[in-house]
Amino acid sequence: MSIAIQLQSVTKKFKDFTAVDQLSFIVNTGEIYGFLGPNGSGKSTSLRMMMGLIKPSDGNIFLFENALATHRSSIMRRVGCIIEKPDFYNYLSAKENIKLFVRANQLNYTAKDYDALFDLVGLRGRETDKVKTYSHGMKQRLGLAQTLLHNPDLIILDEPNTGLDPQGIIDLRYLLLKLNQKQGKTILFSSHILSEVQEICNSMIVINKGKAVAQGKVADLLSLEKLHVVIEVNDEEKMKRILSESQCASFFEKNVSNEFWMNMSKSQIAPFVQLLIENNLEVCRVDYKNQLEAYFLKITQS
Amino acid sequence: MKEFGAILYNELIKTIRRPRSFIGFGVITFICLMLQGAFYHDGKEILSFVTGQLDNIFTVEGKVLNGNLICFVVLQTLIVQMPLLVALVTGDLVSGETASGTIRFLLTRPASRTKIVLAKWIAGLFYTLLLLIILGIFALFVSRAIFGTGDMMALNSEGLTIIRGDDINWRWGGAFLIAFLALGVVSSLANMLSCIMDNSITPIVTVMAIIIVFTIIGMFDLPSFDVIKPYLFTTHMISWRSLFEDPVPISDIVFSCVVLLVHIIVFVSISIFYFNRKDISA
Repeated sequence: MSIAIQLQSVTKKFKDFTAVDQLSFIVNTGEIYGFLGPNGSGKSTSLRMMMGLIKPSDGNIFLFENALATHRSSIMRRVGCIIEKPDFYNYLSAKENIKLFVRANQLNYTAKDYDALFDLVGLRGRETDKVKTYSHGMKQRLGLAQTLLHNPDLIILDEPNTGLDPQGIIDLRYLLLKLNQKQGKTILFSSHILSEVQEICNSMIVINKGKAVAQGKVADLLSLEKLHVVIEVNDEEKMKRILSESQCASFFEKNVSNEFWMNMSKSQIAPFVQLLIENNLEVCRVDYKNQLEAYFLKITQS
Repeated sequence: MKEFGAILYNELIKTIRRPRSFIGFGVITFICLMLQGAFYHDGKEILSFVTGQLDNIFTVEGKVLNGNLICFVVLQTLIVQMPLLVALVTGDLVSGETASGTIRFLLTRPASRTKIVLAKWIAGLFYTLLLLIILGIFALFVSRAIFGTGDMMALNSEGLTIIRGDDINWRWGGAFLIAFLALGVVSSLANMLSCIMDNSITPIVTVMAIIIVFTIIGMFDLPSFDVIKPYLFTTHMISWRSLFEDPVPISDIVFSCVVLLVHIIVFVSISIFYFNRKDISA
């Protein structure tokens, strides 16, 4: 398997502030790779360095096994990206904006190609409208069109679902999965919607304060993670008694009246609920936080 | 070369389509029409005020108030305002994209930063040329259509020069060429500042501040200023007027052109050098 992105001890300093500190990771071709981190963690700076917008203070960046510093032009022909948020020339229409990018990529687009592109991102019929009339979600869709118009091998998306409506988020998810599975595109995906990352990413890296705090296969990283399960019952005292009498006491974290917070694996939920029902306790609600969300909070707040 | 042609074409489209580009075109058209209207109604009185002082020396005959004189007055008036109009657009070419975020899309395409800066610089020059073409059409051709043509009475620092009507077209050609070179310096300076700064307003204000400071230096006859004056681009911005002297001071004009060209080369070189090293954090 070849390597799509490789960062080797990449550091970026802005005067005395170190935004990215010795960051190293590898994204293999054909992966959907999650790039996570809290606000100010150095995520955007890293993405900008990968796109040549910011020069690293130290370290090396390779895309498709070529150094970005020396092969930028040929690399960029194979990369499509949205960094930060999609911005366009507001005084031009969506189609005129896309034409600028088509020309900048030296592509020959026919009217059919434009139609297909706007169809793909769900903007068909609005392409002649000025971009200044677009909502943020529509700009995201247009940004996606701009990212995909030259059929790139590597797609880098920085929070692409910000501003999208629920249907837009679902459409984006399926589009990315389709691009990855049917066309073998490599996708580096940064998002604060962790359920989306967990849903579509094979591997991921979490950075905090400019440093990698976790990286690997999503399934491997989350396999040992316990879920934060909330169980609401009708009788607080009875629940406490069951917990103390059974071997499930170790699950207990805290409770707020009838709402009990538990730490347990997914497979332990059903037997535990069964136990409660057998003890004639009415279970009003069983809910659990997203596994990646819990994992993310744990490693970024520790 | 094909790639550069594509990004240059993009830059020209953006420059022409931006609403602020039309401010310059509108202002020039308005000022020309306004001055022509004023001369049409009050021109003879204005002229008799000027020529009246010369009546004791010699007799002025013929149609003095003609298109050539109007163009000379308009050009002399507008050369002060033109840099502002040029800077308004060219000072925003790079910084405007940085401020709006579109620079990220530009710089994540295959074209090098050098090509992008050069394309923007040429687009700036193209806009400057368009401004001058509009000025030429309104100030010279429309004035000639309204007021007719004839010998031109050029009043400059050397005194009064009468330029014959059949000897004037090449002078106008040269004058607009030098004006283009002078405004090209302003455009290049604005583009350079636009590469350095991240917001749209500061480069425009800075260009105007530089022109004001340099012009003030040029106004004072102080020995310390006299040393630097020949090398300030503002000193040579009005050298187009030398073409309306008799004999034409060719060596002075050539020197002015060289100084202006050197300024352009320096400003463009700094733009390329700085922009290639700039981190795009916006």
